[in-house]
Amino acid sequence: MKADPKGVLTGAHFLDGDHAACEGALAAGCRFAAGYPITPSTEVVERICARFPEVGGMFIQMEDELASSIAVIGASWAGKKALTVTSGPGFSLMMEHIGLAVMMEVPVVFIDVQRGGPSTGLPTLTAQADMMQARWGSHGDYEIIALSPSSPQECFELCVRAFNLSERFRCPVFLMMDECVGHMTEKVVIPRPEEIEVEERRYTSADPDSYMPYAAGSDLVPDFAKAGDGYHFHTTGLTHDERGYPVINAEAQNRLVRRLVDKIRKRAGEIADFEETDTEGADVVVLSYGITSRVALRGIKLARAKGIKVGHLRLRTVWPFPEERIQALGRKVGKFVFPELNLGQVVLEAQRLVGIDRVVPVPHAGGSVHDPEAIAAAIEEAAK
Amino acid sequence: MRQAEACAAEAVAPNPVECLVRSDRMPHIWCPGCGIGTTVNCFARALERCGYPLDQVAVVSGIGCTGRVAGYVRVDSFHTTHGRAIPFATGLKLANPKLKVVVYSGDGDLAAIGGNHLIHAARRNIDITVFCVNNFTYAMTGGQVGPTTPEGAIASTSPYGNSEPPFNLPFLADSCGAVYVARWTAFHVRQLAKSMAEAMEKKGFSFVEIITPCPTLYERRNRLGDGLDMMRFFKENSVIDHKADTRTVGIGFQGQIVCGNFVNRDRPTFIEAQNEQLKKALGSRFVPYGE
Repeated sequence: MKADPKGVLTGAHFLDGDHAACEGALAAGCRFAAGYPITPSTEVVERICARFPEVGGMFIQMEDELASSIAVIGASWAGKKALTVTSGPGFSLMMEHIGLAVMMEVPVVFIDVQRGGPSTGLPTLTAQADMMQARWGSHGDYEIIALSPSSPQECFELCVRAFNLSERFRCPVFLMMDECVGHMTEKVVIPRPEEIEVEERRYTSADPDSYMPYAAGSDLVPDFAKAGDGYHFHTTGLTHDERGYPVINAEAQNRLVRRLVDKIRKRAGEIADFEETDTEGADVVVLSYGITSRVALRGIKLARAKGIKVGHLRLRTVWPFPEERIQALGRKVGKFVFPELNLGQVVLEAQRLVGIDRVVPVPHAGGSVHDPEAIAAAIEEAAK
Repeated sequence: MRQAEACAAEAVAPNPVECLVRSDRMPHIWCPGCGIGTTVNCFARALERCGYPLDQVAVVSGIGCTGRVAGYVRVDSFHTTHGRAIPFATGLKLANPKLKVVVYSGDGDLAAIGGNHLIHAARRNIDITVFCVNNFTYAMTGGQVGPTTPEGAIASTSPYGNSEPPFNLPFLADSCGAVYVARWTAFHVRQLAKSMAEAMEKKGFSFVEIITPCPTLYERRNRLGDGLDMMRFFKENSVIDHKADTRTVGIGFQGQIVCGNFVNRDRPTFIEAQNEQLKKALGSRFVPYGE
């Protein structure tokens, strides 16, 4: 499917990341949004409020993030592509409904414009410290998809992709921005509608009498029925069978949770999205995502000036982590350097795959970006 | 609709409840003497009275004994998270205004953990109907004290008697702007079914509180007898007063229960008000939502 022209603001614009993400949502076909104001994410919904009336969208500012995060799940059940936006403290409040969206298998997009934490932390300053919360924040076992843009242009592009993946896999997808990317203003080129690939929901064609809401085929993703279509289905956050009925025993749990995990894990290769530069023959490869990727470029340049062969792998999809690629690189590259605006989160994944000694973290507590010199120094240390 | 037609085609007069119930899920989990099943029976009759195509009806529940209603009704039905049935229903309704969205949940779910959503949905006049089954306790988790437990009542977390004043739910809904507010007990099945139908037909945020027995936990701990004793109590201690000022209808321990259809007024729904504002601001550029 191509994008609905009504939502696509084709042309070259000067936009910040928050506004660009809003345009990505509109281009992807998002027509329902619920939010609660929180710095530094509010500009996303502010633009949505202004833009939605022209495209037939519905925005509601809810009473809190718990409400926002479940209103979008309700809207998705009515067949709308839906979005909510928040930052750290609000993201914490949304965790229960991320679990509900996983369990009910609801396509929905959550944007987290990360700021420093814990708690109220640094409302106006950047961090990348919600990455493990995105991965594991809701209780129980599940796989999740999280994308990380490093420019306003990517806020647009990855927001479209977030919607596409959420429809394809029937699951919540995170767009993990950060304050820097959200508030950075750059050129954003929005293509023509016919150049934007948009995935639509796969609705069931089954007879209502035989329809099983949670019976999945080989791709492990069940066909959707939306409210009002005459299927009289039931859905619950409880462990359930293929009819959607609660079943409280270990067998049902094993069958359901394994499918929820496998539908994503088995197709991780298809979700993986990274940009690799000069990794061939490199002695050290810098791993990065989001705003830190841009700071890393300077660090890499400084290290190269000292004669070190440095490659760069920039993750655009952080979860699922691209295990295969990192392991393959690990067979050729001696050392990795992983700067993040946290004290060691996604780096743990890389260490798990290639060994603790071979991945040098470059931690930062947040509030600003790294000093490129610190990244360069870590590269030099790794190259020794 | 297919189910209703099938029922109608049978020679014997159909039981309206059967059309609405997922009989493949029987027996239900509710205890003997519990009033929740009675309210579902009234709901089925109310739906029949309204005559909505069942395809257009959605039931949303939270968590708890009443939260299980969504699992037993044969319409699009959503068993959501604790306290959040109303914001889920808000999203569902706003995304498809053609749906008749009913929130069916308990007092702990709607008035404690979900209290914030209740007052804001009423304030915004979201066009949904809320049926709040009040058994004065958290029953699913074993009978803890809640925001509707009468003062002095024994509960598992108030073993020496509850010292907190409870919410007067009709007054709460009324003061927040609900356009239809009623209270009945599980004894008043005819009045309740009629009131449920009126609530669903009312455009805007409607709220019906239904007082029910919980013999297993609330009655047993407070030595009030079984379900039948409680029904007798409802019969003898309820007063029907449609004109009652909602400020005066709070419920004390084994005190009088004022029932009635207390509030019935009109004001623009959330979508109507938003459409009007946007039309004023944007003129012909704006296509009214949901029309």
